[in-house]
Amino acid sequence: MDKKLGRFLLIGIPYFWLFLLFLVPFGIVLKISFSDIAVAIPPYTPTFDFESGWEGFKALLAELDFENYIWLTEDDLYWTSYLSSLRIAFISTVLTLLIGYPLAYSMAKAPSEWRPTLLMLIILPFWTSFLIRVYAWIGILKTEGLLNQLLMFLGIVDDPLQILNTDTAVYIGIVYSYLPFMVLPLYSSLEKMDGSLLEAAQDLGCTAISAFWKVTLPLSIPGIIAGSFLVFIPAIGEFVIPDLLGGSNTKMIGKTLWAEFFSNRDWPVASAVAVLLLLLLIVPIVLFQKQQERAQEAEQ
Amino acid sequence: MSGRFTWFNTTSLTLGFVFLYLPILILVFFSFNESRLVTVWAGFSTKWYVELFKDEAFLDAALVTLRVALLSATMATILGTLAAVVMVRAGRFRGRTLFSGMIYAPLVMPEVITGLSLLLLFVAMGIDRGFWTITMAHITFSMCYAAVVVSSRMVTFDNSLEEAATDLGCTPFQAFIKVTLPIMAPAIISAWLLSFTLSLDDLVIASFTSGPGATTLPMKIYSQVRLGVTPKINALSTILILIVTMGVITASILTKRAEAQRKADERMAEA
Repeated sequence: MDKKLGRFLLIGIPYFWLFLLFLVPFGIVLKISFSDIAVAIPPYTPTFDFESGWEGFKALLAELDFENYIWLTEDDLYWTSYLSSLRIAFISTVLTLLIGYPLAYSMAKAPSEWRPTLLMLIILPFWTSFLIRVYAWIGILKTEGLLNQLLMFLGIVDDPLQILNTDTAVYIGIVYSYLPFMVLPLYSSLEKMDGSLLEAAQDLGCTAISAFWKVTLPLSIPGIIAGSFLVFIPAIGEFVIPDLLGGSNTKMIGKTLWAEFFSNRDWPVASAVAVLLLLLLIVPIVLFQKQQERAQEAEQ
Repeated sequence: MSGRFTWFNTTSLTLGFVFLYLPILILVFFSFNESRLVTVWAGFSTKWYVELFKDEAFLDAALVTLRVALLSATMATILGTLAAVVMVRAGRFRGRTLFSGMIYAPLVMPEVITGLSLLLLFVAMGIDRGFWTITMAHITFSMCYAAVVVSSRMVTFDNSLEEAATDLGCTPFQAFIKVTLPIMAPAIISAWLLSFTLSLDDLVIASFTSGPGATTLPMKIYSQVRLGVTPKINALSTILILIVTMGVITASILTKRAEAQRKADERMAEA
């Protein structure tokens, strides 16, 4: 086989696939976000006609405008969706960290012959369907659900609490679903820590607790940052959890986009929401990338 | 660092794993409930499993899902392995930064955006939506995961093995097939399994890219759940959980055995 041709095909095949099915679609989203809604198939105008060539393309450009974006800034719904997505993602990330840290710490401190099993137990739920794991919480959190039955049986509350269809249920859902993403990077940064550092700290007069705050915690910061980004970034665009566990007041941007597309059939506005969601995500994604690069350099 | 179980470690491990596993156990438990309610126990019964297997819509959806998952996982593993070879071996070429960007971006992309953008592409190209569009969408995002899994193994690969093969008369292509691929096999298998599970699980992207006549299992579960909780979904979930758990455990035993075999071979070679 010709060597140059082989190399061309090797690079070209995956390149072409991703270009066509990942990059081009974004171009289309961007274009449609500047279009207008229309009663037609497809439900937007203008549409591009290949036969009209360059003149047609210029005419198409002339018809595009920022109307949808202006609409998004004027309607409160979108602002509240963006802000509450950020708020819910942030609070859930902090909660996941608070629950994940002791778990990862204890895994890293467990006898070494136990660690592979513990690690497997953390990863196993990740392989189980996301939808099923979210569904499992509905039966627990419902007004007549198991949690309320337990709370009333113990006499902690007299009347069942409304937990399902509130933001609290969304926090629980996100913490539950994304816990492995937090625990794994934390575990890997805690596990490779040099135990003699702790002994040194204690020899120098630290108590076990102050040694934790002064030695263990600072050394696990790369894991904390990586885990937090891995929870925060996907949580912002989450759809399934707010839709199934949240209520009608739980506004998250993924849910708004879904409703705009499937219920209102407004493809141009849905596209504009998608473009703004992407812009919102760029900052944390770039920060995450930078941090990963720095961590890799530090290791070498 | 040789660890031990202190009271703190034992407590937090216990609480953590109870939190992770109790909801799933409850779900499984109530799939055997006699009553229609999923929160009040009314005696043991397997009638929901019987009802599930009588429901044509569920069986159809399961068949569609399985076909999409098998096809897309296989294609995604092939394309992902090619992409991994490009990232690790191809050196510099024009558009390399864009290429690795396109590999990593889908991993952090919200599903709603991926779904919407692919749908708009299919509409713009005038493709009828259904089985094939879901499959293509799944190949696209799974191949990026596959590429990451395979390339992370490939960077630790010892190039001198392949060089030895070419010195002994293999062409580079033969060396790749006979030496590199067998060593990469565990990573390629994990990539396939990951792609398969991702496809099996996906609700959002499938909802955007499917058309009339192609309903996947997650889409069917979702529309049922929106109508209310039913033990039938619990029964279906239990079956899926069982399959996945068995798959993961088998895979981990196989990799452990392969690892032990490899170590034994190395010892033999040294002796």
